[in-house]
Amino acid sequence: MNYTSHSIAASRLDVGYGLHRVVREIDLRTQGGDLIALIGTNGSGKSTLLKTLAGMLPALHGEVSVLGTRPGEAPKRVAFLPQHPVSSHTLPLRARDIVAMGRYAHLGLFKRAGSTDREIVERTMQRTGASEFADKPLREMSGGQQQRTHLAQVLAREAEVLLLDEPTAGLDIAGKAAVAEVIATERARGVTVVLATHDLADAASATAVMLLAQRVVAFGPPSQALSDQNVRECFGFTQPH
Amino acid sequence: MNTGLAVAELFWEPFARNEFMRNALLASALVSVICAIAGTYVVLRGLSFVGDALAHGVIPGIALALLFGVPGVVGAVIGAAVMMGGVSVITSRVRLSADTAIGLLFVGMLSLGVIITSRSTSFVGDITRILFGELLGVDTTDLAWQAGVLVVVAVIAFVAHRPFVLMSLDDGLARTSGFSVRFFHGLMLTMVAMAVVGSFQLVGTLLVLGLLVAPAATGALLARRVSTMMLVASVCGVVSSYVGLFTSYHFDVAAGASIVFTSVYLFVVVAVLTIPRRLRGTSELPHQHEHAH
Repeated sequence: MNYTSHSIAASRLDVGYGLHRVVREIDLRTQGGDLIALIGTNGSGKSTLLKTLAGMLPALHGEVSVLGTRPGEAPKRVAFLPQHPVSSHTLPLRARDIVAMGRYAHLGLFKRAGSTDREIVERTMQRTGASEFADKPLREMSGGQQQRTHLAQVLAREAEVLLLDEPTAGLDIAGKAAVAEVIATERARGVTVVLATHDLADAASATAVMLLAQRVVAFGPPSQALSDQNVRECFGFTQPH
Repeated sequence: MNTGLAVAELFWEPFARNEFMRNALLASALVSVICAIAGTYVVLRGLSFVGDALAHGVIPGIALALLFGVPGVVGAVIGAAVMMGGVSVITSRVRLSADTAIGLLFVGMLSLGVIITSRSTSFVGDITRILFGELLGVDTTDLAWQAGVLVVVAVIAFVAHRPFVLMSLDDGLARTSGFSVRFFHGLMLTMVAMAVVGSFQLVGTLLVLGLLVAPAATGALLARRVSTMMLVASVCGVVSSYVGLFTSYHFDVAAGASIVFTSVYLFVVVAVLTIPRRLRGTSELPHQHEHAH
């Protein structure tokens, strides 16, 4: 996958809800294979930026494009993992049904799921470990199992841009390692990954880190962006070394 | 053998002997399937209150139709359209919680319906018919109309199955999968409104919610897939229809209410019986899956 232009391009972008601007003046350029880590506390604007890139919130000011189109206009090529996806207890859906929903962007209303779609679903379930409980209904899954299922659904879209909002939330150490491996594999395929996280350790392998605290505190390679002063400004304390 | 036949005859006798009972059974079976399809999404998407509001929103329309001698269904369609417009404006524009605003709209429409009906000379008869239905007065025209509604509801559910399921999980997921949530939410409300309009003649606007929600909720307790949930809901609806009509015939009680009561009772029984399974499900013990490849 080679991009002639940027996979994500934002300049002087303001993001927020309605009249409330959460973060102003974001500038961002990414290439295929990049990992951008968005770091900040709750309410810092990480999720708001991801939702704007996913096309779920309109840009309040400035310019933004994802894969050369406006956010939300390339559903087959962009996949978004929201934070704590809403999952009703009554939903009669098994893990494999939820993962198969990741193919709907490609299938639309009428196209039948073919053998390729089924293979993709099986493969992505294996990658996140969801194949171990493929026939378990959502209501019987633990939080970690739900998270593995939703991550598999996002991967099943085989998108070129992945927007992941705290994908390791609720996962144990093995789960976190599986997510790290998934991200590394996707990047090797040329996929651009934007990852929102609380965890500074997740940011170490990123191409660039954006520290957010309702404004862009710092943006750059991890070694520069994660300086003690920046981290203190972002979280109000310094991470122990 | 003879005893078996006699028992079968006992259970079929009310329907064999009376055409109105056969029509009532056929109509309630049709409506059970309509409500199973629409009700599945009402339960999954948490639209019970909107469904109830729609059921009461049709009352002024029906009352006006009766006042002017037009078929009640025509008025119900108009009433449902007004109510749906109101609900969608409220949920998108008004800065009140949706349940407050929908609740106000719903009592507003209900009181308007009573005011209009009070102008009629046969007030008590009319309002009773609207609120509690007229299951035993179903004729072949009604059956044809209900069959038509079933086809439309089934087509909507078939065509929009994917966005409907995505929206049941998460609206954002539907949007980022390339489906317009506004359009498909509107289509889902239309489907629910059609189910209400197709069913109110049988059990009345007060009880139609029972047909929409109870069998589907029973289905949700038992099923692991959306299609199975619809199937279970249909079976529960049809069984409740038969039991309700049979009870109504032998004990001389209200037919529509008997059907709705049976379907709610069935839900309670299934809910109680499945408590152990749900408790097992929430314990975090790893267990191998029983799927056979």
